[in-house]
Amino acid sequence: MSATTPDAFETPVTSRSERVRKALVGTAPIFIVLFILLALIAIENPNFLEPPGFLAFLKRAAPLAILAAGQYFVIVSGEFDLSVGSIVTVVVVVAARLIDDDPSKTWPIIALLLGIGATVGVTNGLITTRLKVPSFITTLGMLLILSGAVFWWTGGAPRGALPDNFREIGRLGIQDFPVLEQLPWSVVILLVIGIGAIVLMRASFGRRLMAVGDNESAARLSGVKVENMRTIAFVLSGLSAAVAGILLGGFAGVSAQVGQGLEFQAITAVVLGGVVLGGGRGTVLAAMAGALTLEALFTLLNLYGVSGALEDTVQGIIIIAAVAFASYRLRGAR
Amino acid sequence: MSVSEPTKAAGTGGGDAPTTPRRRSAWDDRKEAITNSPATPVYAALLGVFIIAWIVVTIDGGTFLTVSNIVNMLQRSVALGIVSAGQTVAILAGSLDLSVAFLISLSSLVTAEVMDGSDANIVPAVLAVLALGVVVGLGNGLIITKLRVNAFIATLGTALILQGLIQNRYDGPAGSIGDGFEQLGYTRFGIIPASVFLLVAVVALVYFLLRWTRFGFRLYAVGGDEEVSRLSGVRTHRVIIAAHVVCSVCAAITGLFLASRLGAGTPTVGTDGGYDLESIAAVVLGGTALAGGRGGVLGTIGGVFILAVLDNTFNQLEVNAFLKDVVRGVIIIAAVAVYARRSERRA
Repeated sequence: MSATTPDAFETPVTSRSERVRKALVGTAPIFIVLFILLALIAIENPNFLEPPGFLAFLKRAAPLAILAAGQYFVIVSGEFDLSVGSIVTVVVVVAARLIDDDPSKTWPIIALLLGIGATVGVTNGLITTRLKVPSFITTLGMLLILSGAVFWWTGGAPRGALPDNFREIGRLGIQDFPVLEQLPWSVVILLVIGIGAIVLMRASFGRRLMAVGDNESAARLSGVKVENMRTIAFVLSGLSAAVAGILLGGFAGVSAQVGQGLEFQAITAVVLGGVVLGGGRGTVLAAMAGALTLEALFTLLNLYGVSGALEDTVQGIIIIAAVAFASYRLRGAR
Repeated sequence: MSVSEPTKAAGTGGGDAPTTPRRRSAWDDRKEAITNSPATPVYAALLGVFIIAWIVVTIDGGTFLTVSNIVNMLQRSVALGIVSAGQTVAILAGSLDLSVAFLISLSSLVTAEVMDGSDANIVPAVLAVLALGVVVGLGNGLIITKLRVNAFIATLGTALILQGLIQNRYDGPAGSIGDGFEQLGYTRFGIIPASVFLLVAVVALVYFLLRWTRFGFRLYAVGGDEEVSRLSGVRTHRVIIAAHVVCSVCAAITGLFLASRLGAGTPTVGTDGGYDLESIAAVVLGGTALAGGRGGVLGTIGGVFILAVLDNTFNQLEVNAFLKDVVRGVIIIAAVAVYARRSERRA
């Protein structure tokens, strides 16, 4: 690409204020909803306004927000990833069995876990793009394979234990941090991944990925390697699921149900953030805000004492209402 | 959007443009219908799986090709078969339904509660369950079409709503089934269980709906391209809503059947069976395109039978339950990869 011919996926020629305005219109609703929910939580529980209270909330929400960021890449490229919940389970169970309370093994095993996440992502991507299996089926099959394989290996229930230096990642943080008292590691990781994802989506990669989800044939005709882009999206999703699993292993401990249903929660979070299933629309920041909103909703329902059973019902109604509201707004714009 | 449209039109129009001068006989039509039908590779795969299972089980010392074993497999296909027949209709419309598992549980509970152990209440119980199916289907359809919520999220939301309602009221089996109704689950006519006739009836009805009614034609049109069928004067919203009503009613019938098998309503019967994802897997194994507009209920039943043969084989070989999931995952992906290659070659 020479300097005189502009790359189709470089920054489009619009004024800066125009771009900022567009981004705000796209992401504002989810932040308004998030803000309202946070305010309601603060009214019920004034501790929430103190840094430790709020950081505890962020710490709890971090795994889901990281999963949502990963899922965002896949959804915006026009696919689904239903395998992330089972990746989380695999990560926690494998870590517990292989490390088995031996602190010296923690770091090599973490590298292995990230490798597992990336490998699952590559496999999902290759099956979806090269064998032309719809990603819904690819990742559904992968869900069956992963959850079956890991419990076949451990004989039905998780075995072993996680050492403290593994669990600290999800539980503790940088002590004696000014103002905040303690800055949890999971919040640091969330911030790094969040900023990384935003930078990635603003770079040429992000524009090409968006183009693939928006109009596959147009992207292909403009020289985008559609298959590779989608495969990379699946790898990012697999990696983010591995990170979320590492955090959840520390935060929630070892259990067979740790990843159950997380895929649906992550997809819901992304869609709550105004990202359109089918691809090509929405921002990663809004997707992560969607995850925080979902987590805030769970917290609020807990505070209101809508515990257990009816929580699901309320959650279902709110999700439908939120998405209906978002699509009502989109109708004019499209 | 606009760039992809012309290629799509050329792809579908290209098939029938240059016809041969020879008059086509009815036999040619039939032959073409069979080779082009998306159900054909499904039954070829079923035959292959069946023969392999037969060989493997026999070598292992089990019995496979006996009347009682085959009837057993048929009987175990009934519940999944009925849900999947309904799921086929939803998927053909370009939608999908993730709420069926909870609807099945709720239907089994409603059946048992209304019947309350007395055969005199069979009619009200059946009517109540069918009404429940219609209401949930209408709800799903209206949310998807009028509120424009993506089907995935809409039915996931409905699933959560139903789950909450179930858990709020029930924490164990409830109600009971009259002796007469229990016969549905256990009577046999000769060697054929009554429930197999129920499956055949539902499949025949769905087949009739898809092949011989205006609703069926419109359903394929809407699933193929909603915008084009809308512009051709199809009221696409009505078609999608009707598709969801059919899907939910099928799930409700499955709940009725499972209640009669178990003798009571059970809050987890739908989710334990994994009927939501399992039925989608069966539909896709049956050669129906997940994007909608292509496929049919006969293929779906082939897909259900493939899963039943696998299940039976694994049970006879006493394969570890977790390994079973691994193999099933591999087979679902592999089968769909084969179908994808096939349809790509033809196009």
